[in-house]
Amino acid sequence: MISHHSILRRVKNSRIAWTLLILALVLLFNLVFTKGFFHIEIKDGHLFGSLIDILNRAAPTMLLAIGMTFVIATGGVDLSVGAVVAISGALAASMVGGKLVLKGDVQEYISIYPMWLAIAAALLVSLASGIWNGLLVSRAKIQPMVATLILMVAGRGVAQLITNGQIITIYYKSYHYIGTGYLLGLPFTVFIVGLVLLVAWLLARKTAIGLFVESVGGNRTASRLAGINSANVILSVYTFCGFCAGIAGLIVSSNVKSADGNNAGLWSELDAILAVVIGGTSFTGGRFYLMGSVVGALIIQSLTTTIYSVGVPPEINLVVKAIVVFIVSLLQSESFRKTVFGNPAGKGRVSA
Amino acid sequence: MKPLLEMKGICKTFPGVKALSNVNFRLYRGEVHGLMGENGAGKSTLIKVLTGVYKLDEGEILLDGIRVEATSPQHAQMMGISTVYQEINLCPNLTVAENIFIGREPMKHGRIDWKEMNKRAELVLGRLNIYIDVTRLLSTYSIAVQQMVAIARAVDISAKVLILDEPTSSLDAAETEQLFKVMRKLKSEGYAIIFVTHFLDQVYEISDRITILRNGELVGEYKTESLPKVELIAKMIGKELAELDYLPGEKKSACGGKERRLLLSARGVGRRGTIAPFDLDIYEGEILGLAGLLGSGRTETARLLFGADRADEGEVELEGKKMSSMTPRSAIGHRIAFCPEDRKEEGIIGDLTVRENIILALQARKGWFRYIGRKEQEEIADKFIKALNISTPGSEQLVKNLSGGNQQKVILARWLATDPKILILDEPTRGIDIGAKAEIQKIILSLCKAGLGILFISSEMDEVLRCSHRIAVLRDRVKIAELTGDEMDEQVIMHTIARGHTS
Amino acid sequence: MTKKLVINRKYLPLIVTIGLFAFAFLMGSVLYPGFLSLQVFLNLFIDNAFLCVAAVGMTFVILSGGIDLSVGSIIALTTMLSAYLLEVAGWSPAIVIPTVLLTGVLFGCGMGCLIHFFKIQPFIITLAGMFLARGLCYVISIQTITITNEFYRQVSQYRIPLPGGNFISINVIIFIVVVAVGIYLAHYTRFGRAVYAIGGNEQSAVLMGLPVGRTKVLIYTLNGFCSALAGIVFTFYMLSGYGLHANGMEMDTIASVVIGGTLLTGGVGYVFGTMFGVLIQGVIQTLIMFQGTLSSWWTKIAVGILLFLFIMLQRVFTSERSERGGAVGKPYGIKKGLEAK
Repeated sequence: MISHHSILRRVKNSRIAWTLLILALVLLFNLVFTKGFFHIEIKDGHLFGSLIDILNRAAPTMLLAIGMTFVIATGGVDLSVGAVVAISGALAASMVGGKLVLKGDVQEYISIYPMWLAIAAALLVSLASGIWNGLLVSRAKIQPMVATLILMVAGRGVAQLITNGQIITIYYKSYHYIGTGYLLGLPFTVFIVGLVLLVAWLLARKTAIGLFVESVGGNRTASRLAGINSANVILSVYTFCGFCAGIAGLIVSSNVKSADGNNAGLWSELDAILAVVIGGTSFTGGRFYLMGSVVGALIIQSLTTTIYSVGVPPEINLVVKAIVVFIVSLLQSESFRKTVFGNPAGKGRVSA
Repeated sequence: MKPLLEMKGICKTFPGVKALSNVNFRLYRGEVHGLMGENGAGKSTLIKVLTGVYKLDEGEILLDGIRVEATSPQHAQMMGISTVYQEINLCPNLTVAENIFIGREPMKHGRIDWKEMNKRAELVLGRLNIYIDVTRLLSTYSIAVQQMVAIARAVDISAKVLILDEPTSSLDAAETEQLFKVMRKLKSEGYAIIFVTHFLDQVYEISDRITILRNGELVGEYKTESLPKVELIAKMIGKELAELDYLPGEKKSACGGKERRLLLSARGVGRRGTIAPFDLDIYEGEILGLAGLLGSGRTETARLLFGADRADEGEVELEGKKMSSMTPRSAIGHRIAFCPEDRKEEGIIGDLTVRENIILALQARKGWFRYIGRKEQEEIADKFIKALNISTPGSEQLVKNLSGGNQQKVILARWLATDPKILILDEPTRGIDIGAKAEIQKIILSLCKAGLGILFISSEMDEVLRCSHRIAVLRDRVKIAELTGDEMDEQVIMHTIARGHTS
Repeated sequence: MTKKLVINRKYLPLIVTIGLFAFAFLMGSVLYPGFLSLQVFLNLFIDNAFLCVAAVGMTFVILSGGIDLSVGSIIALTTMLSAYLLEVAGWSPAIVIPTVLLTGVLFGCGMGCLIHFFKIQPFIITLAGMFLARGLCYVISIQTITITNEFYRQVSQYRIPLPGGNFISINVIIFIVVVAVGIYLAHYTRFGRAVYAIGGNEQSAVLMGLPVGRTKVLIYTLNGFCSALAGIVFTFYMLSGYGLHANGMEMDTIASVVIGGTLLTGGVGYVFGTMFGVLIQGVIQTLIMFQGTLSSWWTKIAVGILLFLFIMLQRVFTSERSERGGAVGKPYGIKKGLEAK
């Protein structure tokens, strides 16, 4: 017989419960203070409303958070995702651009290179970035923060190189669909994120990869001695993270219909890390929570939207983010919990 | 003569565990006092209470007749009680002189006086008859030297009591002798030394008196010369020695097939700077023991065979097939299993569950995409929890919450789940209480009966003798002999090591 | 002979850094007329004073094995706060300067306390600090506030004449003083040695009785002070308060420290090296400026490449060092006794 008490205990201990609670609080706040927040209507054949808006805008962060989850689970971090977003967008934008041609009597924009080629190139380069980071960490055994710092610093320079220092405008309409199009009434980005999340979840829980990632993050040496190819596990998580960043880059550049080497994805790595941490994955590695990271990204976006709706200057967003980080990290800190909530009985072993 | 240090009626309780119960301890000036006990006896708790890491619940501590209570290691240091721990607790990135004086560097005109510090460091080390370049980084010296530096620091700060916590675990025979020389010198200068150890020979060599703890209680305090070894062991274990000798009879007859298959054959396998080229054979249904003193290269041998370290030379044949190079993954692929010495650092994944730890190696062998379903995982885990009698609330318990003995069983289960042909066990019973020890030894024997070839390493000579069919003897990174039958005797092994002959 | 080799090894990254700087400067002198001049050299100090002040503080943080991502934001906050207090509140510089320094100190102290007492990862806490500081900037004002205060303008324009028609600014004096104080703290105070000890092995430092908690909080407090001081230097340089000032500068600071030879894992490094790390970044920018056609984003790529090279070098350097010269690695059959004099 499962007692009432133990269900409550399991929910209390479940990481995702806390994360969902925070999201619920933010949404609740809006319910009270923002008129028409939950209002969804059908316009132009698709769903329209604040909630949909949040989903759409959170898409890049959600993608980055999914990739970042695996990296952090292995005990690492990837600071270069923002730069990869910029590079990916820059490459796709330069290849698509938009040439004005005359088709019959109508002026139309076509892409310089076929769009599929541009997308493929951007994703390929993002994969390569991920592999670069992965090799530095797994083969050259460089500390993740340092290794990814290199691409973070140099990457924006590379993006600028691709765009020749300009902001490239994308005129080609089909490209806009990625970030602003709708499918079955919902934003297309939701489907992109959904697909990536599905793939990630399948890889994590329906193959041994999830177990290996958690094992490598928990104890790299023991994992190696147990026969896990730790180096390849680490290489793949960074590769996947780079790939996710590439997709995010396409969405971002499509959304703003341009590629800005300097500002695209600026500080997005920090938002991604934040989302992962809020979602329950420990920064030091081990167990990870994919859904938690996605919810975490939603929380961040909801906060931003809430701030807009309430009428507070958007820059205050930063202060709010800071407070959320403080609260979450304090709650995750065992020392803090002990100080405030007292010591749970009989936990842990005592060596005599 | 009054004791320098007196601990009376010490009690210390943790949630659910009474670590120390009414323990008394006395220490005189100019003596080396051995503190002994099996795992869980309370040795380290007593030390931590003395040095202020823990606060005592009941009892009192008298230093030179005055009641004291240390609030922190720093405070204890100021009172004259210093500890040198097993893991050298110094900073490898600082110089020797700095390590001795950090926190109390000599100052001149508001700046650190480096010249003075170096000079004083040389003096302090010189008092212990150690002469080294104090301006070099600590990390450039061997562990034995680093330990001397740690002792020099402790001695320089504290004027009274020096606690050495398992200082010889990482030292070879010569280094241990050097350490003892230093200890004797300190003794002659009036220091009181508490020597915490589990090495019987050493405690007999260096200590004047011995205090034995068991299960948090004081068994007794004895003059070393009046306490026979056998009695010491009996008091530590709290059992009659006979109970442990059930195995020999069992062993010799079991697993004895004449047609033993050769599972692994190593010829001239070695690694520069680690171990000299050796030959080794492991047969089906047989336990090969590796005997030798600490530092003789037993773990290194095992690691080379498993591929955890890369061999520079030599060849390994598995059932007649030559192996080009060994890595853990190729070893596992050929059904070799390895339980490492340091189960905390190299064995368990603490934050994962018992189930996950158990199926880990099996899953690793299957690769990324042939995932073992959750239900099957639980079945496997439950099977081994039962078979090895692992004490856990369930297979979802986090491994870090289990006791040492049960963690060891989980690691063993992990490897048994891969259905190995060869099993390499490096110190499988270290740090485990006597009950669990016997259990694991029984399991090992039954595995051997089932046809596994087992390489068994243990620093307890008794254990090696009890469990092995053949014994390879190592000394100073060289395999010097192989013993069988009647040769497998403690005296013969000791003499073999002492002679240092290659046979 | 052995003694000499070991000392050399210890200083190798530092020597490489200085060598690289010299090489870069030399290359510039060869390629571009007018490069080899004292003023060009001095400009490196003038233009990068704020970066160096911040990097000195960051050196201590990284030496202890930690990290601080809030540096750039505190600089921005300092500029904004200074501008506001001077222009809007009308306070005098004599009060404003101590006030902003105090703000930096409190900020750093706060973060240090959270890191130490609640054992939260420095990365996360200083990340939050970064958001908070920049957010506060915008709370004060979203627009730029130009500084018209006479004192500041004078300091900004003041040129200290040097022989040969060269000059330096007051910021350079601050630069040099901060580096000197940094070196003194690191090598001649117990605090500095405790920092190195904590970075080498924190657990040992605790057991050796070092005041680890106090030191850690002090480290972040010191860094907060340095960031605020860098902010003041920056304010003299830019004469305005703006939320986007020093955006991303924490990465430049970290890069300077790493290129300067300090290991990100802590325990190894020199303040002197950090100074050269800063100068190297300055030289690269100057080279690009002299080249004329290359756009400034090449600086980023160049710094990235340099970082890569230095990190690889550090990797080689640390893996060569024997791991405590302990059991594995001892030649078999040869007993390593204690070296007798």
